[in-house]
Amino acid sequence: MNGWPALDRFLQTDPRDVGCGEAMEMLHVYVDLVAAGSPAEQRYPGLAAHLRACGPCGEDFEALLAAVRDAAG
Amino acid sequence: MLYIMIPVNSVVNEIPARLDPESAEWLRVLGGAGPQQEAALARLHEMLLRIAQREARRRGPRLLIAGPELEDLAYQAAADALMAITGKLGQFRGESRFTTWAYRFVIFEVSAKIGRHFWRRPDVPLEAEDWDRLPDRFGFEPAQESEWRDLLAALRRAVDTELTPRQREVFVALVLNGIPLDALAVRLGSNRNAIYKMMFDARRKLRAALAANGYTDDDDSGHS
Repeated sequence: MNGWPALDRFLQTDPRDVGCGEAMEMLHVYVDLVAAGSPAEQRYPGLAAHLRACGPCGEDFEALLAAVRDAAG
Repeated sequence: MLYIMIPVNSVVNEIPARLDPESAEWLRVLGGAGPQQEAALARLHEMLLRIAQREARRRGPRLLIAGPELEDLAYQAAADALMAITGKLGQFRGESRFTTWAYRFVIFEVSAKIGRHFWRRPDVPLEAEDWDRLPDRFGFEPAQESEWRDLLAALRRAVDTELTPRQREVFVALVLNGIPLDALAVRLGSNRNAIYKMMFDARRKLRAALAANGYTDDDDSGHS
């Protein structure tokens, strides 16, 4: 069934998901780890789970990472 | 100039011990006074504005914001972020580089302002329930309707019977009407975290309901 994978992904919830509040609070720390090539996802699995599931937080993460990488030249 | 008018929080009592030299310098000059502080504020504002403009230009067209409105939004985001940063200097704990901590403020400002700006559009449906959009939302192809009709009917029943009225309202707005989450938070007088949590619980309930009808195995553990 062609749409099932998308619907299934949408309905899946990860119990480790920390939610937007904690993700936004720690986003700068997480982004610095990612930018440095450190294993951010292993260190903050709940935050990583959240960024995968939350569109707005995921977009903010990508934007902050782009800003940091841009500044680093 | 704008940044000269901003009162910098002087409560930078203690510069965190393990700061990298660049972050320590930012804290020192921003927490100080005089021409050095003014120059640092100007430089920081310029950096924030550049980020705000790039983000606004990237996100704006998708939400039908363009031209001077988009530029205004970026300028306001940079100004508000600078205000927030200078007011919270004492809260910087050195867990990241100072600039990463600071950039976060302007990213959040752009997101929040775009969310508020969304409601200036005259054609936004909030209460409408166009269930015909659901197949397209998840990529179910009309030619294969016989395969997915029962599944989506079960999903709709679960939305009607399993969700609380507030969860249902959020589901309809986000999924059927395509309202951005930040914009919905503004309209409901809520915040991103609360709306996300409501949708999180709704998704869990819906998946369990579909599992009870044999559509999925209801195993939400350890997804990667």
